Amino acid sequence: MSVDLVTVPKRPQKERRQKAPAADLPPKSVLPGPVARVAGIGALVVATLYFVAPVVWVMFAATKNNRDLSSTFGFWFADWNLVTNYESLMSWTQGLFWQWVGNSIFYSLTAGLIGTLFAVMAGYAIAKFDFPGKQIAVGVIMAGLLLPVALLTVPLYLEFQALGLVDTVWAIIIPSAVSPFGVFLAMVYAESSVPSELLEAARIDGAGETRIFFTIVLRLLAPAMVTIFLFVFVATWNNFLLPLLMVSSQELKPVTLGLFGMVSYFAPDKGAVMLGALLGVVPLILLFFTLQRYFQSGLAAGAVKG
Amino acid sequence: MTMTTNALPESAPPERKPAAPPARPVNAKRKRRFGSQAATGWLFMAPFAILFIVVFVVPIGVSIRSALFAQKPAGDGLYGGGEIVDTFVGFDNFALALGSDVFWLGMGRVTLYALFQIPVMIVAALGLALLLDSFLVRRPTVFRLAFFLPYAIPGVIAAMMWLYLYTPEVSPFMQLLPEGTDLMGPGTVLLSMSNMTTWTYTGYNMLIFLAALQTVPRELYEAARLDGASGWQIAMKIKVPLVRSAALLAVLLSIIGTVQLFNEPVVMEAANPWMGKAYTPMMLTYNSMMGAISPSGTGPASAYSLLMAAIAGALAIVYALLQRRKGASA
Repeated sequence: MSVDLVTVPKRPQKERRQKAPAADLPPKSVLPGPVARVAGIGALVVATLYFVAPVVWVMFAATKNNRDLSSTFGFWFADWNLVTNYESLMSWTQGLFWQWVGNSIFYSLTAGLIGTLFAVMAGYAIAKFDFPGKQIAVGVIMAGLLLPVALLTVPLYLEFQALGLVDTVWAIIIPSAVSPFGVFLAMVYAESSVPSELLEAARIDGAGETRIFFTIVLRLLAPAMVTIFLFVFVATWNNFLLPLLMVSSQELKPVTLGLFGMVSYFAPDKGAVMLGALLGVVPLILLFFTLQRYFQSGLAAGAVKG
Repeated sequence: MTMTTNALPESAPPERKPAAPPARPVNAKRKRRFGSQAATGWLFMAPFAILFIVVFVVPIGVSIRSALFAQKPAGDGLYGGGEIVDTFVGFDNFALALGSDVFWLGMGRVTLYALFQIPVMIVAALGLALLLDSFLVRRPTVFRLAFFLPYAIPGVIAAMMWLYLYTPEVSPFMQLLPEGTDLMGPGTVLLSMSNMTTWTYTGYNMLIFLAALQTVPRELYEAARLDGASGWQIAMKIKVPLVRSAALLAVLLSIIGTVQLFNEPVVMEAANPWMGKAYTPMMLTYNSMMGAISPSGTGPASAYSLLMAAIAGALAIVYALLQRRKGASA
């Protein structure tokens, strides 16, 4: 069976790359042949470059002025222009840049906390209680999962305008806090990791439902909660259309919306724009890389059961 | 209420079949339990349900209602306009949306985009997941994080980055391309935008596939190898079918995402005004809403929205049915 691995070198490049998964063997019995190994690792390295190089380029670009951006090698430093770029970013944003970042953190954090709590409550209710209308609720939530959300944003704007909520923080927080995916995830998790016997035992011991939920259930659902929180947080931070429609005051803009204004600006300092882009994603990337372990386990639950 | 008709043994605990004739006290107890269960269940459900209604259900109603109205001047205003009032126009807005060349042109663009971008992204994600799930590298974590990195970058900011990467004077790689290559011209801009989306979401989809693959017990592969299956056969015959449902979901979500394509074209349009305000249907909707495109107002915008939702839904259903049929015949 390793014969086909040996013949690999005669195949064209493309097929060789596809062939690489053939190296999936039990750890010690047979390891991938040298050629399949090189091809596979080669493919992984090329992919890594594709995904990482643009970000690395932005880091270098953020330290350059417009002239050096076009005349010097993209992946190394030229004249150190970071301070000037920072100043021009601040002056262009009228000193609001950090407030925009702060707004993004505030919106994402609030929506994430509210959204996670509500989603976990709903998921727990669906998984562990019988109540009339449950099947309908599940069906509607699942439909919500597949609904094109951007299309709802226009009528949502009309609704919020009627409610007088446009251009307030609620116009961003409320829509962002509703996560059908979160409910789905919490439901799957609660079904598998909250034992009904434990709930029964707690009830017999006289614990109220609220207490059971906050002291037992939330603890058991912690991994799912981290995943849901991350999902809502990221989705809120990344949303562009919603704040574009809902928010017009400079002071309320999230960083995505604020930075967008810079692109259309006449002949901007490109280094300053890239610096803004970089500073605008740092909090998100930090959060991500701290919590990505949970993220994956949460995705696993969704992928397997879904 | 239930369809279970087989007679249950007297002592069996019928979970939700109060019709069975158990002893009286048990029945009373269960009834009370069910009542309190229902109340507690709904109490836990309520906060989400209320927000869901506000954010998902009401807007659907609002858009249906406002699609039936148009904003017209009330007639003889003093300065030739008069107050703008909602006038009931029936299905005029839908007729307008259905007959709009601009709308269908935009729809054609996103369809073209989807036909190219989604397969490339899904195949790349699957390929990378299979590579990482093999024993090629000792520490797949480094690669996993690298592939996943772009997902942490907001779509608008990613689009701004790529916009500069496509700009000849600034880009670090455009010198390598043939002289005069225009990545933001009428013939190439769709491809350039689909690269942005692929860059952002491939790692995310890979992670989903990887998660599905890693739940498979290793013994299954060993057994297959003992039966004489090659590594390639294991990948194609065992692993790929295992991620089928995950792939189906990923494609469905991508189709829905593509129909509402907005961030990338908006950023591209800011630098390339030739693209116009209606490059994709979502841009058309937004700009009609904002009055940048005539006919403007909430009526046409809502009609476009509903039409897009219907098309996205139809596409998703067609795709799901096709996949199911293929799955059944395989």
